[in-house]
Order: sequence, then C-alpha cells, then structure tokens
Amino acid sequence: MRGRVPRIGHSCILPGAAMFNYNFRWNQALNSLPQMLEGALVTMEIAILSMAIGIAVAILLTLFRLSGNRLLGAISATWVEIARNTPALFQIYMVHFGLGGFGVHLSPYLSLLIGIAFNNAGYLAENFRGALKAIPETQTRAARSLGMSPLQAFKNVVMPQMLRISFLPMTNQMVWAILMTSLGAVVAMNTDLYGVTSELNARTFRTFELFALAAVIFYVITKVITLSAGLLAARLFRY
Amino acid sequence: MIEIENVRKSFGPLEVLKGINLTVAKGEVLTVIGGSGSGKSTLLTCINGLEPIDSGRILVDGVEVHAKSTDLNKLRQKIGIVFQQWNAFPHLTVLENVMLAQVKVLKRSKQQAEAEAAKQLNHVGLGDKLSVYPSRLSGGQQQRMAIARALAMSPDYMLFDEVTSALDPQLVGEVLDTLRMLASEGMTMICVTHEMKFAREVSDRVAFFHKGVMAEIAPPEELFGAPKDPELQKFLSATH
Repeated sequence: MRGRVPRIGHSCILPGAAMFNYNFRWNQALNSLPQMLEGALVTMEIAILSMAIGIAVAILLTLFRLSGNRLLGAISATWVEIARNTPALFQIYMVHFGLGGFGVHLSPYLSLLIGIAFNNAGYLAENFRGALKAIPETQTRAARSLGMSPLQAFKNVVMPQMLRISFLPMTNQMVWAILMTSLGAVVAMNTDLYGVTSELNARTFRTFELFALAAVIFYVITKVITLSAGLLAARLFRY
Repeated sequence: MIEIENVRKSFGPLEVLKGINLTVAKGEVLTVIGGSGSGKSTLLTCINGLEPIDSGRILVDGVEVHAKSTDLNKLRQKIGIVFQQWNAFPHLTVLENVMLAQVKVLKRSKQQAEAEAAKQLNHVGLGDKLSVYPSRLSGGQQQRMAIARALAMSPDYMLFDEVTSALDPQLVGEVLDTLRMLASEGMTMICVTHEMKFAREVSDRVAFFHKGVMAEIAPPEELFGAPKDPELQKFLSATH
C-alpha cells in the first residue's frame, strides 16, 4: 500500500514520530478540492448576503436609536446587547431550533444566514454609534438649514461619513462573517466550506489534511477580502 | 419682510432674548453687533426655526416661523444661513456640496443644479475649485463655499452668523468682500458680526444687542457717530 499511492507528506517527520502512526495522504484531500471550493462559494455567498442584510438592519437600528422614540430605541439597544453579549453559536442555534419550537422551520442555510446577519447587525450598529460621535452635530444643522428633512440630512450628509468611518470595522465584521459560517455545524448545514469538509472527513478520516486545506481556503478568502477592501477604500474615499 | 415681535427665549434659567422687536424690510442690510452672550446669534437661529422660541412670534413674508402648521423645510429654502463654522460636507466635492440641497430639496435636475452651483461658485471666486474636496480649501475658501451653497438655493434672505470669527485674520477680507458684493446686489441680509468697519460700510441699519435686549438701532453714521446707549458707548470705546 505504502509507496504505491503518490504522497506529498511523510509519515515520519520527527525522529521517533512513528508512534503517531499517521500517514499524511494529501492526494485524497486535494482530490476533494473542487467540492471544497464549491463549499467555499456557499460560504462567501452567506457572508456577503449576511453583511448586506446586516448593514441595512444596522442602519435601521441606528435610525431607531436616533428617532427619540423610546420603544424603537429599546428595540435597537436590546438587539445590540444580545448580538454582542451572547455566543454567535447560540444565536444561530436559536434561529433554527428556537424558532422551530414555535413552528417556524427554516432550512439550515436560512438559519445560518439569519443568525449571522443578526450578529452582524448588532456589531455594526455599535460601530455606527461610535462613528456618529466623530461627526459634528453642526453637519446635521447645516443640512437642515438648507431645507433638508431630518431623514434627508441623515441619508445624504451623515450616513456617507458614518459608513466611511466604519469601513475598517465593517471589513473586520465581513471576515468574522466568513469565519462564523463554520458555526453552521450546529444546525446541520452541510453545503458550506466547513460542512463539506466535515462530511468528507466523515467518509475518509483524512482529518488533518482536509481541515488544513479548509483552513488555507478560509485564510485565502479572508486575506483577499481585507486586501481588496483596502483597495476599494482608496478608490471610494478620495477626500 | 422679517417681523420679530416681542420674542423671548431662555436656555434653562438664562434668558438670552428678553422681548426683541425688530422689522427687516426687503433689500435691507442689517448688521447686529454686541458682546458674546448678548443673544444676537440666537436670534438668527430662531429666525430660520433652528431654535424654538418661548413667546412672541417671528414672521417671514407673513408666515409664522414657529407655528406648528409651518413647513420649516420649505420656509428654510427662502432663508439662507451661514454659520461661524462653515460645515463643508467633507465627503463631497465643492461642486457637489453646492448641488446637494438643490437636487434633494428643490428637486432641480442634476444639470440645472450643476449650472447654478458653478455660477454661484464663480460668483464667490471659487470657479477653479469645483472638483476639489473641501479639505483642500483654506478656511476663507470653505466659508465662501458655504455662502455659495446657501445662495444656490435662491433665498430671499441671507443670515450671516459671525462668518469671519473662526478665520485667520488674513482670510477675513475675502469673505467680507463677498458679503459686500451681495449687499451691493440688493440681497436682504442680517449679519451678526464683530467687524465694526464692515458694519459701518455696508449696513442700512446697525442694531446693538446687550444681555438679550436690543439696546439701540440706528443707521451706522448715527449709531457709531453718536451712540446714545451707555453700554453701546462702552462697547464701542472698547472695540475701537
């Protein structure tokens, strides 16, 4: 058996390591690469969608907080508190099994997407709150004095600056969203990168190789995101 | 016409406007002078409804500013205001700064707004800065941009709240020149200012505020030449 299968790794890297009795078989993992890359696409899809939803909801939560309405303010504060102070894993679990208890049955895909979007929205709303502190009140005043309504002033003058200031934290959250997709494990998600890897592992038991490869893919994705975000920022924000 | 009738306004226990009566006619240039805390800036922000008042009323062309039924966003289109801090929108170019409210509030087309913005910016001497971001402008240039931004809304009245107070001394002149130009063009203006020479030159009337009261109002020759109010006499001798 040994020697016939082309190998990339060695069974004994360290002297006396034979006791580990583990033969690296990278070819099996590499043969699974196409499936894993498909999973990576699902992971990216969930991360991007969850960010889009998260940003939209976070803007809404920010408006709730600024509205001066106590009920809306309380909704916003509660959302942020729960999202930031409970494990993301619980949040995803609750969407799937918690809502399931009330008869709302969502697919693993939707549960994961909504769970991560919930988490994103909470963190981003808090980032926006910080960013707003850096924008002088006089900006709104200037906009209002030109006849803009409060909403127009927010949308055209305050929000663009808020998003600019929050751009770096948003990039971090995007990376975190990619990594959070692996929590889909708790709701039996099996089409994302983690899910695919996990199922391959169950069939082949090439645990180290498969997860090492998955880790490399995760790393490449997040690295590409941070680098392209930097480039995008340079193009978008020229002032 | 701007009619201010017995306006009172307090910030907490501090009464900053103690019953102001004042009428500004179309085409008039009124400057308001006085020490800090005299209430002169507060009056301006009350005129365009940025600040509520406690009693009395302010009418702009017969519309009561602080009436519940008044559409303030609409009213503010005819009252331009420029503040001590110019508040350029940093994420927009100079041209876009001046276009924004035209498009969003007056619903002008992009082309119309752009043409008007370019016209007003040329007018205040910023014709070569259209595509620049405000961070590249000096304070005086940013303040002139803020004036163009207000003028682009085609207001009937312009309120200037100490527009040169935050500027370096060498930049004050260019902004005052812009105001002089507007005054000579017949714009109705209320200027709160510390620039006595400017007040003397451009004003039809000058009002002196002291501790929330309009202590004296007269044409500049009279107010500066023969001040009656003792506080005004003190103020003028201290500033000259």
